[in-house]
Amino acid sequence: MKTDTAQQKNNSMEILWKVLRFIGRYRFLLILSIVLASASVILQLYVPILFGDAIDEIVGEGQVNFDNMWYYLSRILVMVIVSGAATWIMNIINNRMTYNTVRDIRAKAIRHIQELPLSYLDQHSTGDIISRVIADTDILSDGLLLGFTQLFSGIVTIIGTLIFMLSKNVWITLLVIVLTPLSFFVAKFISGRSFQMFRKQSDARGRQTALIEEMIGNQKLVQAFGYEEKSSARFSQVNKELKEYSQKAVFFSSLTNPSTRFVNNVIYAAVALVGAFLIPGGYLTVGGLSVLLAYANQYMKPFNDISSVITELQNALACASRIFAFLEEAPESPDASGSVDNVQGEVDIENVCFSYTPDKKLIENFNLHVSPGKRIAIVGPTGCGKTTFINLLMRFYDVNGGTISVDGHPVKELSRHALRKSYGMVLQDTWIKNGTVRENICIGKPDASEDEIIEAAKKSHSWEFIRRLPKGLDTVLKEDSLSQGQKQLLCITRVMLCLPPMLILDEATSSIDTRTEMMIQEAFDQMMEGRTSFIVAHRLSTIRNADTILVMKDGSIIEQGSHDELMKKGGFYENLYNSQFVNVTE
Amino acid sequence: MRTLAPFLKNYKKESILAPFFKFLEVVFDLLVPVVIARIIDVGIARDDRGFIIQNFLILILMAAAGLTVSITAQYFAAKASVGFSTELRQAVYDHVQGLSYTELDRLGTDTLITRLTDDINQVQNGLNMGLRLLLRSPFIVIGSMVMAFTINVRCALIFAAAIPVLFLVVFVIMYLSIPLFGRVQGKLDAVTGLTRENLTGVRVIRAFCREKEAVEEFDQSNLALTKLNEFVGRLSALLNPVTYVLINIATVILINNAGLQVSLGNMQQGEVVALYNYMAQMIVELIKLASLIITLNKSAACAGRVADILKVDSTMEFAGSSSGDSTGSRSVEFQNVTFSYQGTGAPSLTDISFSVKRGETVGIIGGTGSGKSTLVNLIARFYDATSGEILLDGENIKNYSRRALRDKIGVVPQRAALFKGNIRDNMKWGREDATDEEIWSALTTAQAREIVEGKPGQLDFALEQNGKNLSGGQRQRLTIARALVKNPEILILDDSASALDFATDAALRKALAGLGGQVTTFLVSQRAASIRQADQILVLDDGALCGLGTHDTLIRSCSTYREIYFSQFPEERNRYENGEKISGRQDGTPVISGKEVLS
Repeated sequence: MKTDTAQQKNNSMEILWKVLRFIGRYRFLLILSIVLASASVILQLYVPILFGDAIDEIVGEGQVNFDNMWYYLSRILVMVIVSGAATWIMNIINNRMTYNTVRDIRAKAIRHIQELPLSYLDQHSTGDIISRVIADTDILSDGLLLGFTQLFSGIVTIIGTLIFMLSKNVWITLLVIVLTPLSFFVAKFISGRSFQMFRKQSDARGRQTALIEEMIGNQKLVQAFGYEEKSSARFSQVNKELKEYSQKAVFFSSLTNPSTRFVNNVIYAAVALVGAFLIPGGYLTVGGLSVLLAYANQYMKPFNDISSVITELQNALACASRIFAFLEEAPESPDASGSVDNVQGEVDIENVCFSYTPDKKLIENFNLHVSPGKRIAIVGPTGCGKTTFINLLMRFYDVNGGTISVDGHPVKELSRHALRKSYGMVLQDTWIKNGTVRENICIGKPDASEDEIIEAAKKSHSWEFIRRLPKGLDTVLKEDSLSQGQKQLLCITRVMLCLPPMLILDEATSSIDTRTEMMIQEAFDQMMEGRTSFIVAHRLSTIRNADTILVMKDGSIIEQGSHDELMKKGGFYENLYNSQFVNVTE
Repeated sequence: MRTLAPFLKNYKKESILAPFFKFLEVVFDLLVPVVIARIIDVGIARDDRGFIIQNFLILILMAAAGLTVSITAQYFAAKASVGFSTELRQAVYDHVQGLSYTELDRLGTDTLITRLTDDINQVQNGLNMGLRLLLRSPFIVIGSMVMAFTINVRCALIFAAAIPVLFLVVFVIMYLSIPLFGRVQGKLDAVTGLTRENLTGVRVIRAFCREKEAVEEFDQSNLALTKLNEFVGRLSALLNPVTYVLINIATVILINNAGLQVSLGNMQQGEVVALYNYMAQMIVELIKLASLIITLNKSAACAGRVADILKVDSTMEFAGSSSGDSTGSRSVEFQNVTFSYQGTGAPSLTDISFSVKRGETVGIIGGTGSGKSTLVNLIARFYDATSGEILLDGENIKNYSRRALRDKIGVVPQRAALFKGNIRDNMKWGREDATDEEIWSALTTAQAREIVEGKPGQLDFALEQNGKNLSGGQRQRLTIARALVKNPEILILDDSASALDFATDAALRKALAGLGGQVTTFLVSQRAASIRQADQILVLDDGALCGLGTHDTLIRSCSTYREIYFSQFPEERNRYENGEKISGRQDGTPVISGKEVLS
């Protein structure tokens, strides 16, 4: 019976619940932590009182009750040690809870990534997802840690302090309670003022960062055009602007501490004054005054802590909501269990329809029969649906209508693994794992022997450069330690090693120079012998000897046949092919 | 650290005054317990209300004075730290302007940007905090001890013993945990890396059914991070309880001693309270000091990284001035030039020699990584040849001033980068004082006239950063025009027409040829069609010049060229093998390869 607005209000409560559910596994630790926090705070608050009692035993020359004093001091020692131990254990428990909660969230996230449909992953930037899995969980963890350690002990401290102060003197306690908000007002006033300056500062900083990224990002060009001095001058201008705002912002914001300290000092003085008036009347002892002074000094701290904890927690909940939004994204449709052995490579596509967005039709009524061992080439202009076709074959995306079957089994009845294992795929976008060359090659066949790896590398002409790497196969590859062409060669080696029954080559040689490509072509030809293969390529020379060439345009097949047939037909393909030999100078 | 000190020079006064005023504040803070002691021992003992009120007013005055000096300190600290970072940032920025390509390659753009932004901000923060707080805590700690000595020497000795022990504890815990924080960052980087990998490689991981292994690898890394975090947490969680226990033990000993002293009549009760207050103040400051040290440690690391950039010297020196003899016929000459990139073993170019006459067009072709771009980078002296000589207008390239050299040469890089601002501003990168007519004429030559004419505001059309609001081909043509605005004597196009369709590419080359006989043009390309009409073609293979001549001679004499050419024009192979004459640039011949048609 909730209304919409009520639901929105409950939103942050809901997220808090979800976070608590993650922490639920550690609820015993949580309870223990709360118990320890209370114990250590109460002990810590009690210690000044005992010190006060001890000081009260020291009245003056010859008027010191050593037995009583030692009694108090020995109790202090025990309490201090117990409290210290409790604090330490509590910290350890809090660490364990937060770090493990974060670990659980991240573990869930990585599993979720494996199950998310590619349509989600393709549409969302990698950076955004990474920042949810890494940065947001980190902020959540900081918030939780701070929350556990400070929120609770802060509340206990405030309540405890008030009770202990009341036990010493009611009037002084009331004085402190009344004066405390002063320091809040001062802090608020200052932060309101400095906020304006901070905004100006971050605007200027934003402009400066943009200039830095643009100019330093293109530093070579700056030098090539002799633009250095002008670049420096432009930078100097923004830099001066930033300096002006920064100095003010830094100054204003640093006023908070001295100002609240001033208010605290005034409260402190007031406590001393009132206390001094009360002692001769017997309303307060000297030891009691020293206790109250110590409390007055520290009374503010938990307030400041709690307000910063609440901001931190709000921030943490905002991050948590981003994490949960990601974790709750619907996974792929459940996997079927069908398997297929000894794939022959017969592929049937019947009445397949597909589009990425419902309002923009792409593939419609696509039909194709591929007999085992045939070589299918797909050509057509950009955006005609070539790569989409591959996405559907691999079931990276599910068709909207119609069926695709392998050896007579509709792919939706096969498990995704069974289907994907029967294809070997090389894409234009090369992907290299952060790891050794060997790990990268063996992705499809982890148990390959050294000889097999080398043979595959030789066949795909990657051995040439692998051999020259500092540690050969055991060289650790980083993001950009190889050229685009070399990466592509490695991806080809991967497939050469595991030799699956069917092949998909999507612009597999686009970054490789034409000479090397011709050499690889031979290896490909050999590999494709007897294997059903789908080839997408720009360069017409690479697809001439395909069994069937599909000419695609706007999501449908407009021509289909062998090279010779299509040339004879004199249609789109013939036009395309001959345009290679247009004579512009004529 | 010493490298950065000079940037504080202009703020010497501020950086001395800030801690000085902070010190005054501490003095006021330290006097508070003394006043309280007087209230107890004199005021309360004699029940002298006037005396108590007087001392109360002193406390308020001290608080006000403390506020004033502390605000003054904050002001000087803000001024010094922001001023310092402003000067430092400018210096680093200017320093980067003077680095050569070799250093830029080594440092990397991302690094430079982080140094200029995040790192310098951290240094500013650290300096500000340092000026304000670093001296406060030791002042208070040491000051408390000094005050204790004025009250009672025997009791003060307890302070003298406790302080070093406390410092030692703080130092040891910091010393052990700070390097561990670095390791935590490393482990977190690994987890981040794996997350990225799982996202960017999702197709490959799924295609090879490696989901389970990917998750296992992530779990391992995740567990390692968690374990290390817990370990570091356990260690740093010790800091607070241990200092708390130690200082309270010291206080217990103090009170015990004080009891003895009071009993002997050497001290009064109020003084005991004062001593107790000094102890309480110390613990608060020690905890602040600990967190300050963590911040300062981070800033020091950042400062070190910034200083590293300033320490990098350009490996390239430019001569005073020489403009060469621009009337001779030789424009560019390479004499046995060999070049290796810093830090790599094998040379990228080996023993290259050729000579180009003024006004000639030179085509450069070769496979991936054969050294084409490297070669043209040497012409503009973006790098220095490892051995051999490069002559420009008959004069060694090293004898030119930076400006004279860069004025002579117009470069169109592979990556078509444009800048935020209007088209005119972008074009003026070539020459500050170029007129609109000159810009239009360059745009016409670069086949970019229609692009600009089609935009609202034409030359005033605002480009987004990197020219994101233009297509790849449009960007390329504008970058070509930008180089032409310069009226260079030597024009270098480093594979900069790759996004153009064949007709535009051909028209561009025709227009460039029509520039008149004075411009020497270097054309780097993967496409045989683009360079076949050049006066000279340099064929590079693995850094060596394996062919030099016109298309007609190379097709006969150079097997590498032949292979490249036929891989792009398979039809011609048959004609060649059938003994037909290979068409030169006189007859109409294939101009594009299949690659572009279908892209």
